[in-house]
Amino acid sequence: MKRLLIYLQDYKKECVLAPLFKMLEASFELLVPLVIAAIIDTGIGESAGKGYITKACLILFALAFVGLVSSVTAQFFSAKAAVGYATKLRNALFGHLQSMSYSEIDTIGTSTMITRMTSDVNQTQTGVNMFLRLFLRSPFVVFGAMIMAYTIDAKSAISFAVAIVLLLVVVCGITKISIPLMKQVQGQLDDVLLTARENLVGIRVIRAFCKEEEEVQRFAEKNMKLTAGQKKAGSVSALMNPLTYIIINLAIVYLIWTGAVQVDRGILTQGQVVALYNYMSQILVELIKLANLIITLNKALASANRIADVFEIETSMEWKRNAEGEDSLAEDIVVFKDVCLSYAGGGEEALSDIDFTVKRGQTIGIIGGTGSGKSSLVNLIPRFYDATRGEVLVDGKNVREYAEEELEKKIAVVPQKAVLFKGTIESNLRWGKEDATAEEMEQAIAAAQAEDVVKAKGGLSGEVAQGGKNLSGGQRQRLTIARAFVKQAPILILDDSASALDMATDARLRAAIRSLSYQPTVFIVSQRTNAIMDADRIIVLDDGKVEGIGTHEELLSTCVVYKEIYESQFKKEVSAS
Amino acid sequence: MKQGKVLKKVLSYLKKYSALIVFSVVFAAMIVGLTLYVPILIGNAIDAIVEGAVNFGLIRDYLFRVVIVVAITAFLQWLMNVINNHVTYHVVRDIRKEAFDKLQILPLKYVDAHSYGEIVSRIITDVDTFADGLLMGFTQLFTGIVTILGTLAIMLSLHPMITLVVVVITPLSLFVANFIAKHTYDMFKVQSETRGEQTAFVEEMLGNAKVVKAFGRADESMETFVEINERLQKCSLKAIFYSSLTNPCTRFVNSIVYACVALVGAFTVLSGNMTVGILSCFLNYANQYTKPFNEVSGVITELQNAIACAGRIFELIEEKPQVPDAEDSVLLNDVRGEIRCENVCFSYTPEQKLIENFNVHVKPGQNVAIVGPTGCGKTTVINLLMRFYDVRSGEIKVDGNEIQDIKRQSLRSNYGMVLQETWLKSGTIRDNIKMGKPQATDEEMIAAAKAAHAHSFIRRLPNGYDTVIGEDGGMLSQGQKQLLCISRIMLSLPPMLILDEATSSIDTRTEMKIQSAFSQLMKGRTSFIVAHRLSTIKNADIILVMKDGNIIEQGNHEQLLKQNGFYAQLYRS
Repeated sequence: MKRLLIYLQDYKKECVLAPLFKMLEASFELLVPLVIAAIIDTGIGESAGKGYITKACLILFALAFVGLVSSVTAQFFSAKAAVGYATKLRNALFGHLQSMSYSEIDTIGTSTMITRMTSDVNQTQTGVNMFLRLFLRSPFVVFGAMIMAYTIDAKSAISFAVAIVLLLVVVCGITKISIPLMKQVQGQLDDVLLTARENLVGIRVIRAFCKEEEEVQRFAEKNMKLTAGQKKAGSVSALMNPLTYIIINLAIVYLIWTGAVQVDRGILTQGQVVALYNYMSQILVELIKLANLIITLNKALASANRIADVFEIETSMEWKRNAEGEDSLAEDIVVFKDVCLSYAGGGEEALSDIDFTVKRGQTIGIIGGTGSGKSSLVNLIPRFYDATRGEVLVDGKNVREYAEEELEKKIAVVPQKAVLFKGTIESNLRWGKEDATAEEMEQAIAAAQAEDVVKAKGGLSGEVAQGGKNLSGGQRQRLTIARAFVKQAPILILDDSASALDMATDARLRAAIRSLSYQPTVFIVSQRTNAIMDADRIIVLDDGKVEGIGTHEELLSTCVVYKEIYESQFKKEVSAS
Repeated sequence: MKQGKVLKKVLSYLKKYSALIVFSVVFAAMIVGLTLYVPILIGNAIDAIVEGAVNFGLIRDYLFRVVIVVAITAFLQWLMNVINNHVTYHVVRDIRKEAFDKLQILPLKYVDAHSYGEIVSRIITDVDTFADGLLMGFTQLFTGIVTILGTLAIMLSLHPMITLVVVVITPLSLFVANFIAKHTYDMFKVQSETRGEQTAFVEEMLGNAKVVKAFGRADESMETFVEINERLQKCSLKAIFYSSLTNPCTRFVNSIVYACVALVGAFTVLSGNMTVGILSCFLNYANQYTKPFNEVSGVITELQNAIACAGRIFELIEEKPQVPDAEDSVLLNDVRGEIRCENVCFSYTPEQKLIENFNVHVKPGQNVAIVGPTGCGKTTVINLLMRFYDVRSGEIKVDGNEIQDIKRQSLRSNYGMVLQETWLKSGTIRDNIKMGKPQATDEEMIAAAKAAHAHSFIRRLPNGYDTVIGEDGGMLSQGQKQLLCISRIMLSLPPMLILDEATSSIDTRTEMKIQSAFSQLMKGRTSFIVAHRLSTIKNADIILVMKDGNIIEQGNHEQLLKQNGFYAQLYRS
């Protein structure tokens, strides 16, 4: 919680003024019954005359107006504080989430990050706003009414105290019981939602297996449960109105009876009884507001805790501020020394004892089955993850000794998942190099075999929808490859990034990579032997271990796994599409 | 859908509960009457408190009546709440069930043409909003209106002059509330648009945080974010502040009414035309009278919203379902697997022709390979064979029966289908494998899993075959999911097969191992295979070559090579 409150720091003034003005409004409201009592007792009872009554009513008008002004002022300050707070929080949270390394991104998960950023932050914004508006007002009115009653008649004030306590018990009790019930209902609703969604996504399979009836049954059951849950939660909150109504009216009955006795003894006046009656009526409205405030605050608090949890997660990767040690342009551009990697909470090692050296300008193929650790291996070079043991050297220097930007500049990655961003083709290519010339971009597009894609979209200014949804998988892949080419980094990593390309395009792409003018050192990850067989060296992975390193020919004779992979693809079958 | 029509539909759902609704309405009227009666009783009691001559007998009498009235009111309130809850949630349940039932008989055409999110939000979010609106309408709209009318009537009977004051000023509060709502509407629109823009940006950048990192674009995306965020701050502040003026302003109007009643009332009492008790009663009414006005205007917006939602749900419910199976539709027995397509024409939209006059005769046990570049519409063939879509003209016959005459269930259960997009239902691994044959024994299930080479990874899962997998497979890899889908078919062993890139996500070594089991399975079974592996294609009895949605060539490998057409071109590339 404290972590989030610092974002309110710049709004200290607003945070004090908002409730203060609210309180002011409330105190003006509390004066109203006194004025009415004066009208009845002095204006009417003692026949002070029309002038007195008019004056009193003018006071009522004035009170209403001053109340309006202070309440508007309060609303403004609280809105300003809440919105400003949310804005600062969002900035900080976004920055924090962006600073996360790959491991934290994996553990937090995208959908969680997005809900924290959006609905949770909004929830806390509402919380702050309501809190500033009501946390002084409601208690002030409730207890203020009691104190005002006390000033009129100490004895009657006791009935106020009792009524307030009873009302609090009822209101808070019902709220407390219904919150978990509501949560349960929310869970049941999610369940219904999930079932509906599942049925849409799997509609073909469900129909193929003729499971329609069964699914209808399953949905009906969940639906019934939801209805039962809703009714249960509803029946608890259905008690709120009747119970509070009884309490407040019994208190009024008691008040009038004791009031009558006091008037009879000459201690109270008739007008004062009316005033007490009015105060009692004011309490109920505010108490219910208070209960609603508690619910809102509860939700906001839960959101705040979730956000705070995300802030708690510190990135596990420390980057050097400034590069330390010299990097050399030695012949060995990438070196792995006994590298092991296990993922956070992942159990077994994803990579064990990886040891190899890559010379400048070489093309390295990395092959293996699914889950053999190919991506994990290349992800260590740009330091997306830290090796659990061993060292990864780039240009003769441990990747941990680099400043983040410096290392990033050396490496261009084409990720497995072909992602483009909303904008134009040009804006996407500029991710590789902010000041790329048109010529550089065109060269990259040509090398990536993406000329037809660009043409089809109407040139470099062609629009790209969010996530690149207006492009096919193969088109996206080629553009992500072009994006990496634009960067012209000395190390190029293609992480299984040509899977959606047909054989012919893939072959042309590989030829183009070999003839890139800036001659990068290339890592190609693939499941297909023909994508890597002409590499200078091939690393064969199986279950996170190196099964063999060498050229295609060498491996065919020495490495069983490689031979099996090769045969599964070549000897018996050749791809046709 | 027109509002009137929607309302009519809503009423038809309510009909089932009409007895309860009548009770609810009667109770509401009674509650309002009794609630309004209490201030009168209290006013009378106060009048009996005259300094020096307090009439305790009278006061006791009135207060006793108050207690009785309050007890009855509270009980009725509770009863009404329970009834309203019951009716609302049951109506909503009925609607939701109907919508879901509809989902199962909707033609796939509808589902394919709408995003999942849209349909789900109709069944869930829209129904929920509708429920809220309905409940509010029940509890507040009716009582609100009755309270206004009742208060008005009583006030008139007590004192017409003061009533006039109240009646003239009160609409001001409605006017103010309306004025603010209208003017904040645009601000809220800007806010929600900006919010949407921000969410989209966040989704894009955090959803692809790894790419952002790889290209070192954190600073740039932060810049854009801050810019959007600043805009959001400005429009949010406006929207929130201006909308929060409603309460203070209506409260202000109420206070004015209150003060006016006090003024006029006090003068009237002074002139001897009214008692103090009635004045206090009036003041109480002045408060009560303005409150439902504010409530009612809120409820009406809520109701409009609810009706819009209901309209969307009814649109779904009233969508034309697929043509039901005819009464005399055929059940397939001992399928041999002879399939004939005769003059089949099909297209998704009338404007764009796809398959025209397609003819093929597949003999029992033959293998049919479907080839073509990506996006050429290979799934169209599957859609037609499984009758997910109906042909526009022409006939598809299984064992001589036109498939439109066959019971859908019977047709589909005779096909075993493995799609490229694997789908698993949430449940245990066991549920998923046994999907096609729930009565299978565990031994049979394990044998099938072994044949699909899924047994070894299933065994390594925390609870083996009882491991619960989340929505759409959750923690399993794409390849593992595909192995499970294959196990499903290995267990149910249907007479005909449809395999759409069934092994695309499985690495080649494992695939090779499954291959023998597959060949075993395909032996004697008519199968349709979408594939890109040449050996599968070469060995097929019939190859259908597709391009741009149409089937352009057919024949076996040798025939097609001889034709030297598109297939030969694909083969040589």
